[in-house]
Formats: sequence, C-alpha cells, structure tokens
Amino acid sequence: MYVIIAGGGKVGWNLARELIAKGNEVTLIENRRMRYLTIEQELEHAIQYGDATELWVLERAGIQRADLTIAVTGDDEDNLLVCQMAKEKYLCERIIARVNNPRNRAWFELLGIQPAVSATDLILRLIEHEVPSYGLVHLLDLRDEQLEIIEVEVGPDSRAANTAVQDMDLPEGALIISLLRGGRGFVPKADTVIEPGDEVLLVLDPGLEDAITEQFASGTRGAA
Amino acid sequence: MFILIVGAGRVGSSVARSALAAGHTVSVLDEDPLSHERLEVGLNTTWEEAGGRFTVGHGMEVDALTEAGIHEADVFIASTDGDNTNLTISQIAQKHYEVEKVIVRVMDPARAAWYREQGLHTICPTQHAIEMFQSALGEIA
Repeated sequence: MYVIIAGGGKVGWNLARELIAKGNEVTLIENRRMRYLTIEQELEHAIQYGDATELWVLERAGIQRADLTIAVTGDDEDNLLVCQMAKEKYLCERIIARVNNPRNRAWFELLGIQPAVSATDLILRLIEHEVPSYGLVHLLDLRDEQLEIIEVEVGPDSRAANTAVQDMDLPEGALIISLLRGGRGFVPKADTVIEPGDEVLLVLDPGLEDAITEQFASGTRGAA
Repeated sequence: MFILIVGAGRVGSSVARSALAAGHTVSVLDEDPLSHERLEVGLNTTWEEAGGRFTVGHGMEVDALTEAGIHEADVFIASTDGDNTNLTISQIAQKHYEVEKVIVRVMDPARAAWYREQGLHTICPTQHAIEMFQSALGEIA
C-alpha cells in the first residue's frame, strides 16, 4: 500500500516507521526545515520537505497513486484541507485525519472528512472503559451505517435487574446482543433473566443512549 | 446587509470600514483584541460609535461565530492571514450556517483556483500581483 502522511511530529514520524516496517511504501511530508533534516537521517527518501496543503507538494509526493492519506499535523485546518483535497481532488480512496481540538470534530464531519481521530476522545473512551461506574461505554461507532454497539452494566436496583429479556421495555432501534456474566459472554434467549452486575451489549441506532441508561442505571426502578 | 468579516488585518479592516460607510451592518471577528485599533484608523470616533461590531475569537469557535452574529449574516468574508483557516471557515459558513454569500481570501493561486471550481468565491491577491507584474513587464520588455 502507498501511504502519504502529512506532518512529521511524534505521531507522523512513528506512523511512518510502523507502516514502513510492515512493508508499506510511505512518504512523510514535513514543512519545518530542522524537523525534516532530523527525520531524513532515519527515513531518507521516505520524507519530503514542504507544506502538505500545497497542491504541488502533494503531487510531488505522488498523491495521484496514494491508497491512503493521513493528516496528523498540529493544525486542524491543515489536516482538514489535506484530507479534503486528497479525497475530492485526487480521489484518494482512504483518508484519516487527526483532530487536535475535539471541538472541531463537528467541522470534520460537516465536510465529510472521516474517520477523524482525536486523542482527547480516545483517552476519554479509555477512561469510560476502565471506570465501569461511568455507565454506558461505546464499544464501536459505525457512523456511516448509523449504528453503534454499547456496553452497559446492570445496576442492582435498575429496571433491567431480574427482568427477562422479552419483558424489557427497550426503545425501537435497540437490541440486546450479548450478556457478560462471571467473565463469560453468551447470547441471551427471550426468557433469559438479566441479573444485577451483568454487563449487557446492545446494538443501537444513534441517539438512544439516554433511554438505555434509564433502563440499566441504578435507582431507575422506583422512577418507573 | 449584514456583513461578517473574520480577520481584521489590512484587507479585512479596510473592507469593514468601507462597508460600514456604505451603510451596511458590519461585524468583525478577530483572535487578536489589538486588531480593533486597526478598524479605527482614519475614523474620528470609536468603531462601535461608528456603528460597527467587534468580537474577539477564532473563526472556528461556535460561540465566537454566534456572538459575532453569523446566524443573521447575509455576507461572510474570510480574510485571516491563513489560507487554510480561510478555506475551512468559509466552507463552515456556507455549508453549516448557510450564509448566502461567502467570499474568501486565498493567497495560494493553485488552491484558490481549485476551490473556486468547487463553488467558493475566492479572491487571490497573489494571482492579481502576478498578472500586474506580467503586464508591467510586457510594457517595458
């Protein structure tokens, strides 16, 4: 695979290393002269000097034949435009953009730049996963397909506790696909009773998180 | 008309003053609070007394854009000193806020040309300079 990476910071340089080690052809583009010279000692011809938001720089790097373009500079506007031009002008099939400021994520979505990866969001997600009391954990978001898979722990006095799957009052667009109990996962039947402490995996249409939390969080039984 | 100008440099501030003098409602957004001073060059009053609006903030921040009045804007002008910022915020103004007329300053002729093809009204000072130099040279050589 031929990969172009815009931005030779820590992320870009290490991505280039890893991708090269896995047998890919890589061109890294860096516009700070000193940084370029440092990386060139190691990567040699796999790095080029220039501003990756300029068309001639992208063309010199061979963007026309790139299978994947990754923009990981420290500037969101630069990452957005590199990916937009790669996708729409040079018809590069796959792009990945880094979002530095999570508030800008919506603009990447607005302009069709997907996937957009934000370190802040990833760390937040890890925190959610490590701290189960946080409630609902997103395991997978399929944005294009408008589906998500979430995990939620059954609170001791929640509506779901001691309720059979068939008696759950789930909103339209939500489906229980698996239960985790005592370290073991299984696909529940209609008459399987959900126990407090179970972890439940669900497929959801986007936007149903609050309705799901209502069913599984502690203290919701009395509120029914 | 309500004109929102992001970037009060030499170009943005001059366009802001002339638009205000022509009777338009003018709101200016700039990251640098000191850029306010540039708006008042040649005025006998403050920018606000003259009827202008000024907001400190970045053109990608929702709060700043809202405060600057993007929801009421008929015209959006992107004239910061960064091509990529201008191209990004002008697309946001066009596609998200649906501002009717969006004009964007792009210094790089190549990007200006391509984004013009994509439907943005780009203005490229570099291209004008190139053409003027070429014609000046043509007259003497």
